[in-house]
Amino acid sequence: MSQARDLVVITVAEQNFGVPVELVRDVLAAPAMARIPLAPAEVAGALNLRGRIVVAVDLRRRLGLPAVELRRMCVVVEHEGELYSLLVDGIGEVLRVDGDLFEDTPSTLDPVWRRVSAGIYRLDGMLLLALDVARTLDIRAGTEAA
Amino acid sequence: MDELLREFLTETNESLAALDADLVRFEKSPDAALLQNIFRLFHTIKGTCGFLALPRLEALAHAAETVLNRLRDGELVAAPAVAGAVIATIDRIKDMLAAIEAHGAESAGDDGTLIARLAALGAGPADAKPEVEPVAASTDAPSPAPSQHTIRVDVERLDSLMTLVSELVLTRNELLQVLRSEGVDKFAAPLERLSKLTSALQDGVTKTRMQPIGGAWSKLPRLARDLEHELGKTIALELHGADTELDRQVLELIRDPLTHMVRNAADHGIETPDERERCGKPRAGRIVLDAMQKGASIVIEIADDGRGLALDRIKARALALGLATEGELAALSEQQMREFVFRPGFSTAAAVTSVSGRGVGLDVVRANIERLGGAIEIASVAGQGTRFSIVLPLTLAIVPALVVASGGERFALPRLAVQELVSAGAGAGHRIEFINRAAVLRWRGRLLPLVSLKRLLRLGEDAMEGTALVVVTEVAGRSFGILVERIDDFEEIVVKPVAPILRGLTLYGGNAILGDGSVIMILDPAGIAAACGGVGVARQPVAVDMPAAHRRESYLVFRAGPGGPKAVKLDHVARLEEIELSAVEIAEGRPVVQYRGRLMRVSAVAPEDGFAQAGRKPMLVFAEDGDAAGLVVDEIEDIVDAAAAIERNADRPGLLGSAIIAGRATDIVDAGFYLARGNVATRDCAALLGSLESALARGRDAA
Repeated sequence: MSQARDLVVITVAEQNFGVPVELVRDVLAAPAMARIPLAPAEVAGALNLRGRIVVAVDLRRRLGLPAVELRRMCVVVEHEGELYSLLVDGIGEVLRVDGDLFEDTPSTLDPVWRRVSAGIYRLDGMLLLALDVARTLDIRAGTEAA
Repeated sequence: MDELLREFLTETNESLAALDADLVRFEKSPDAALLQNIFRLFHTIKGTCGFLALPRLEALAHAAETVLNRLRDGELVAAPAVAGAVIATIDRIKDMLAAIEAHGAESAGDDGTLIARLAALGAGPADAKPEVEPVAASTDAPSPAPSQHTIRVDVERLDSLMTLVSELVLTRNELLQVLRSEGVDKFAAPLERLSKLTSALQDGVTKTRMQPIGGAWSKLPRLARDLEHELGKTIALELHGADTELDRQVLELIRDPLTHMVRNAADHGIETPDERERCGKPRAGRIVLDAMQKGASIVIEIADDGRGLALDRIKARALALGLATEGELAALSEQQMREFVFRPGFSTAAAVTSVSGRGVGLDVVRANIERLGGAIEIASVAGQGTRFSIVLPLTLAIVPALVVASGGERFALPRLAVQELVSAGAGAGHRIEFINRAAVLRWRGRLLPLVSLKRLLRLGEDAMEGTALVVVTEVAGRSFGILVERIDDFEEIVVKPVAPILRGLTLYGGNAILGDGSVIMILDPAGIAAACGGVGVARQPVAVDMPAAHRRESYLVFRAGPGGPKAVKLDHVARLEEIELSAVEIAEGRPVVQYRGRLMRVSAVAPEDGFAQAGRKPMLVFAEDGDAAGLVVDEIEDIVDAAAAIERNADRPGLLGSAIIAGRATDIVDAGFYLARGNVATRDCAALLGSLESALARGRDAA
């Protein structure tokens, strides 16, 4: 458990999240998207990533946060052979984090946040929430739990 | 050579070649996995030989299998003697295969010694003493490795190639669009080349996935024979157009429905020989399968000359199942009653036989065909037979679609489900009416239920005022109207499945990327119908009940040159393209464009317009038997289903005549005229082949 991991740091509402670098396929400024009516509210739409159709999940909506007037960024991740785009506020560097700094998710967290969190890294100057990508994209289950 | 035999040879040669390396290892250190491989090979050979009537090979494979089975079961210890015998057997089999490939049949030869040697090993103790290697008593001429004109490619690899090419096409389209808007001249020429190469590549890859429909038919003769015995009937099965090619994906998905329908025809359609004789029919019942390509579709017909559909039995069954009341039945036309056979659980078979009536009904057949974007129709005359017509898209990868807009979003609708576009509202011939807030439209003497796309997708409420566009859509033989705000385009799209997290949304059949690079969701008409509780009015009687002059046809209505609207039968239009008029070149004094790697003759309805001006214009591509011709038009207007009576006027070249379509006098364009002026080289070739064939036929008649 105390292995070091590489995480891509993303921010949503000034909270830092870490996405395992091995899942990340691309990083880009959010392009125009096709709306998908009747899709779960967290689904922001579908975008064209070099000829592949990628469904975008708005991490703000996924975390129950209000929408912002902001040019958003996309982190494209691979999940079960499919590409998904996470719509975030900002993208930072890739951090190598030490497993010794890992903590379980505090039970006081909002249930939706607790669901998408794999745990917390106590870093100098910031707390980095390790995002569980599979559970983040498990939207139907997520809404049922909430 | 028989198709099955050829396949057997290819497969067995491949397996043997793969085994060669293993055999060497087997001789040195026989292990379980190797043993298993070799055993499986012999087992397959033995099984297939019985089927293909190759007794000599079968006997040898059987003997070897017995030995290997004992080895596998541990009753025999692999010893050099065993390995030697196995290798000798494999060598003999190779010789035999080469002989079969050369002569098309098994050659004579004696394998007695080898079989005896194997039998001795199989029966004897493990330490059977090695025998002297017998000289091959075969008369087979040893031949070098079989010639390889084909290679087998993993289907997945072809599929991923197809996906890549589709994406390449889309990227090309995007580039062309950028070029059009930015107008960077120095890119124009290389892009044009890239564009042509891409089209050629797309064509090529599409062809690699095409297979003759005969592949899906190969088991039908056998099935017919079995059915004859089982049902005590005499059946003459005729297969026409077996070389008609279609996408392997489509092919695989229609195999079962076709088999089912042949069973149905044999069981329900064809009478017993005695019964047929009493009706004055030949004792043998005919089942005819016919496949042909029509534009971008494949039409498959399954016809039998049996008893036809008994309407009284359909009525009784519909009543029993509670599908309709007596009163409702009385109001239905005969054709509408025939449509009942596509309802779930509907079978008029008096008894459930082992052949049909096992719960897999025509409803499943229809559902499978519609899932492919196809359609199925039935026509039947009591006492004379039944005919099913299946229309399937040539390929699933690229489908023609209508791009519609509602609530500020664009959606694609598969063209095959669209029957007609109707503009309704003030000034238009149609008016939307309401029954307790449910919108309906008077359409062809029926009341068409309307579904607002905007409301359905929760994008807002339609004003239901002013003009509205109704896309008349047909699902499972029932029509309903989808209200949209705008028709944007008619585009060929590459369908991709939606991401797993969206699979719960039944309204979408997939998604696609349009030429401008944007993503579009593809609506599933069946999903829409289901979401609205299976709306729709039953289809009007189909063509078979109507006089030929008033057959319903789909027309593509467009504007070109002076005068009123023009139309052409949609069947004749293979593709809609857009061409750059400056790309029109002159060859042999006639305007041509480079199209899919060939020169294609282009024409305009009004030839005096010429192609002098620049800019892009829509082009209809007519295609028939490998010929293609382009017709440049000004604007595509509509697709209309109409039962138009064409008034012929012979003096205008290129026109069949005129007809009333959608309430307007419309000139009907003769696709054949433009095709005849099309590619001269291929036409001459076809004419030459034609005269050759008739000369041969004369020769046969004389002999």
